[in-house]
Amino acid sequence: MSALSIAIASGKGGTGKTTVAANLVLSLPDAQYIDCDVEAPNGHLFLRPEIRERTSVGIPVPRIDPDLCTLCGDCAEFCEFNALTVSRNRVMVFADLCHGCGVCSRVCPEPGAIAEIDRRIGEVALGEVASGNGPIAFVQGSLDIGEHSPVPVIAAAKRCAQEERTLVLDAPPGTACPMVETVRGADYCLLVTEPTPFGLNDLQLAVEVTRTLGVPFGLVINRCDLGDDAVREYCRAEGIPVLMEIPFERSLAEAYSRGIPWVEADPSFRERFQALHERIREELKQ
Amino acid sequence: MKELCIVSGKGGTGKTTVSAAFASLAKNKVMADCDVDAADLHLLLNPEVQQRESFIGARTPCIDYELCGECGDCQSWCRFDAIELDFDQGYLIDPLACEHCGLCALVCPEEAINMEDAVSGEWMVSDTRFGSLIHARLGIGEDNSGKLVTIVRREARRLAEAQGADLIIADGPPGIGCPVTSAITGVDLVLAVTEPTPSGIHDLERVASLCRHFSAPLVVCINKHDLNPQNSAHIRNWCKKNGVEVVGHIPFDPMVTRALVARHSVADFDCGTVSEAVARLWDAISRHLAESSRSGYAVPVNSDQLHVEGAQGH
Repeated sequence: MSALSIAIASGKGGTGKTTVAANLVLSLPDAQYIDCDVEAPNGHLFLRPEIRERTSVGIPVPRIDPDLCTLCGDCAEFCEFNALTVSRNRVMVFADLCHGCGVCSRVCPEPGAIAEIDRRIGEVALGEVASGNGPIAFVQGSLDIGEHSPVPVIAAAKRCAQEERTLVLDAPPGTACPMVETVRGADYCLLVTEPTPFGLNDLQLAVEVTRTLGVPFGLVINRCDLGDDAVREYCRAEGIPVLMEIPFERSLAEAYSRGIPWVEADPSFRERFQALHERIREELKQ
Repeated sequence: MKELCIVSGKGGTGKTTVSAAFASLAKNKVMADCDVDAADLHLLLNPEVQQRESFIGARTPCIDYELCGECGDCQSWCRFDAIELDFDQGYLIDPLACEHCGLCALVCPEEAINMEDAVSGEWMVSDTRFGSLIHARLGIGEDNSGKLVTIVRREARRLAEAQGADLIIADGPPGIGCPVTSAITGVDLVLAVTEPTPSGIHDLERVASLCRHFSAPLVVCINKHDLNPQNSAHIRNWCKKNGVEVVGHIPFDPMVTRALVARHSVADFDCGTVSEAVARLWDAISRHLAESSRSGYAVPVNSDQLHVEGAQGH
């Protein structure tokens, strides 16, 4: 079997996605970590990569040539996002509402009146993390402050994937389009949850999306001893495999708060994360 | 009437725990859950739904296969790779990839694609033991979370005015994207709940930049502050340097999880020092709200408001 792409998602925030993702890449040879939580990217805080390159991510937005524009208003009428408005003497572009879909330039009857220019909305950073298993490739997408569209930044980060490496995609919380963009097309999705009513509620939403996307998935239950049994009962009823359970330890929480990955705080975690990777491979063979 | 919004940047720092405690402690208010993507506040407030409304997010393309000539123009023009050719069924639109822009309908030479209104979520008005709650649920994998947040806020304001309530407490979404912008624009006070971890600090800085960008007044509370006193001191220093007041410190206590499992807020469940800390936090927030007057803060410029009101979201 070739190298896997594994998305780490959760529904609820703060359940330990980044912790699991960082520890997994630190435990495997030839791994690549891609931070797709572009609104709140945190993997670099635990992996401490050396960044080699930063590339801007932009989307195409319209620029109106006032000499060619006849103020006919077609662009504004057909824009589904209200990103264009025709005033008495010019067309105004609200660039931050634009999705870069190209409808305005398609409907404009005046050749050349609408050109598309690239507008920066974020960046992708590429680097490397030194580890005992050889260098880990590191990719981070980051949305600029005040921007609304994480999806193109996630897509750009995912395009940096190297096929020969085991890919670990750190997803954003929630179940809306940024999470979908991250999990789509992955070989497997690990859902990280905690056994609380919040964890269960958001897990059920995440399961629904992951099933819709047709990505096979299993569970990691973090802080498995702080809460109740409802998550396990749900998994039994739904036939969802629980691949790993991690009890709460104050020492782990404190290591995390100092930016120290678990595999460094307690080296036995390395084997446990390698076993997790094996479990995923077995799940996919079935 | 004042509006308070609770955010964090990083998820899981305790936004909903704090919001639910405020629901119990605050008088004469309306609650709003602006985390429409993974709403959790209802789990602690046990709402009885009084009114339920569909949310029409964006128009969605529908292919009429009687008219479709399978030319493939829709697929080649789509910039979001949302149209695939299925051997048996013909061209299919992937609803999770579609951005609802309508370009496919425009380029189709057979006019076989129509843009139709589609339900992409719902919002509800509910009664709870702590008063009214406006909450919502965005459909799975849907866009437009910002637009739904805008509706939740609008309905909360409408209800608060009708009831003569003087405060809206909104549980905000994580991140710094479209729904967060919609949740914080024009509010009287934003409370960011952070934790003394590298991720908590990093994301607090990003959410603080967002608040500056939209001129939203910000105060900070450090949850689980005793897990790393050094990082907590770092947060206090950073806040001091950036003119942001730290209004509360909540200690770490596994009892908080027990309260949650019992579906109680930490204000109604004996969580010892946590319950006391949250009560003090609420006192500090009430003082801030009493002192704030909308005119006293920088009001967002019109263009920003316009952008948010019309935002289609992502």
